[in-house]
Amino acid sequence: MEAFLHQVFSGLANGAIYASLALALVMIYQSTHHINFAQGEMAMFSTYLAWAMINAGIPYWMAFALTVIASFFIGLTIERVIVRRVADAPVLTLVVVFIALLVILNSITGWIFTYTIKVFPSPFPEQPLFGPYVSSHEAGVVGVSLIVLLLLFLFFRFTSLGLAMRATAENAVSSRLSGIRVGWMLALGWGLAASIGAIAGMMVAPIVYLDPNMMSGILLYGIAAALMGGIDNPFGAVVGGLIVGVLENLMGAYVVGTELKLTVALMLIIGVLIFKPTGLFGRSFVTRV
Amino acid sequence: MDGMHVNKTRLIFIGMVVLAALLLPFVVGSYRVFQFNLVLVYAIVLLGLNMLTGYNGQISLGHGAFYAIGAYVAAILMDKLGVPYWATVPAAGAVCFVAGFLFGFPALRLHGHYLALATFALGISMPQILKYKGLEQWTGGVQGIVILKPQAPFGLNISQDHWLYLFTLFIALLMFWLAWNILRGRVGRAMVAIRDHPIAAEAMGINVGAVKTLTFGISALYAGVGGALGAIVVQFVAPDSFVALVSISLLIGIVIGGLASISGVIYGAIFIQFVPNIADEISKAAPWAVYGLFLLAFVFLAPKGVAGLVQLLWGKAEASWKRVRAQKATLQS
Repeated sequence: MEAFLHQVFSGLANGAIYASLALALVMIYQSTHHINFAQGEMAMFSTYLAWAMINAGIPYWMAFALTVIASFFIGLTIERVIVRRVADAPVLTLVVVFIALLVILNSITGWIFTYTIKVFPSPFPEQPLFGPYVSSHEAGVVGVSLIVLLLLFLFFRFTSLGLAMRATAENAVSSRLSGIRVGWMLALGWGLAASIGAIAGMMVAPIVYLDPNMMSGILLYGIAAALMGGIDNPFGAVVGGLIVGVLENLMGAYVVGTELKLTVALMLIIGVLIFKPTGLFGRSFVTRV
Repeated sequence: MDGMHVNKTRLIFIGMVVLAALLLPFVVGSYRVFQFNLVLVYAIVLLGLNMLTGYNGQISLGHGAFYAIGAYVAAILMDKLGVPYWATVPAAGAVCFVAGFLFGFPALRLHGHYLALATFALGISMPQILKYKGLEQWTGGVQGIVILKPQAPFGLNISQDHWLYLFTLFIALLMFWLAWNILRGRVGRAMVAIRDHPIAAEAMGINVGAVKTLTFGISALYAGVGGALGAIVVQFVAPDSFVALVSISLLIGIVIGGLASISGVIYGAIFIQFVPNIADEISKAAPWAVYGLFLLAFVFLAPKGVAGLVQLLWGKAEASWKRVRAQKATLQS
């Protein structure tokens, strides 16, 4: 029973990370209807920035804040410089652009920081705070993810900028007619997504260690979480992330072992999607013919 | 639409390309022959993927899985059952057709990104399934299977590489001819109609489900034939040759070559065979960054793929040629 509880809690902690990444994906999907395959590598790059700052002697939370801000501008720049040019291209062209971004970021990071695996510090204390089942890093990860979700909710619900971004996602043409600068809203969405991704990266790095390929599996789980929860629903993305995290951990520990757990977890998610094609919390759209 | 009608110039052009492909192994070194052999293999696989994704609009990020199944069917038949190499190609195609057809059923329920995820899951799980202990006596587990290179038949005095190249070229031509016939016929038009407007297609009397699953089957058949040929050419199959990256490069191949274009798959095949090597030569330190820049450059400069660019330039050349001729005619009169 103890081992089981431990698996559930560490699954929740992983799930919180998937949820953050899923949230970043939803952020971009809502406004542009693209799934950003480079999201994981952007997060990885941000985490390396944080690592470099911490190594240079900057205190953890200071480096954390600086990384979040720097990532925001990196995301903004990628949207303005690259993605904007192909915004109206067919979906598959965009997929190729995102794959290009993915390999470029991965390769450049490996080139600058080398491919050797690095240890990334956790800001949370060593001793468990909440009994023997939960490490304090796991608890901290869940807490940070919930804070991010809350801040996003407050931003979108109570600020006029958040309202403008929601309006852009809902109907770009009407928003432009009412004076919202649609292009900048999309760029802001990319910036926010990059920041959220950076937080996910910094939270996961103490668990999986820092290396240029650390995000590939996590991105896949993040995409699965976003799709399972409903790609247009931030709340669904978080629930999806937690479900995927727990499911993956329990599968790995009790049913099929770590080798096949990725496969089995994905099969289960696809099973859900076949019966509920818009995800658990997704809206189904009625299209006019 | 590209490749759907044939006029005289086009026929001559195709004939010249085939002739050049036939003569190619006799003018380049044997390693280049091997590389071009793989180009032909990729072209076959890309052709199948383009039918599914380009013409029928179903995204597949998991075609590497069918490619792997084809390769393993060929390898197991040759290594364990002693089947001759040429007989493994149709067998691999048939097995993959069934596998693709069956996968097409759940795929009917999924669209766009969801289908991309489902097929990607297939691509990711394939190496894990191939490594699975229970299948090890057939698949050889992590070690894979080594197969022998076939000899040239009929006492032909050419090297094994040359013979294999000609054999692959023959099958590739057959597959291209088949694809061209399928795509301009009833089924092909139904595929395009479903991509452009599934509801209207259904209203026109097309059985959408049947055509979509059939397309999945045909597409997997092409991947299987390519996989079998690939295994014979490389003489080796192992789970790690079929990682998810293979599926992604295949998708890149059809987008770079040109979606919904038969000739495009040749450009795409050349891209996925040679560009990684070129990138590696340009920068040893960060080859994938160079590869990514190549991708971005191609997408920005040729948004409709290389085939689209070629068509555009061809059209411009033809127009200016006509203009020059008209000018000459007016000068003479």
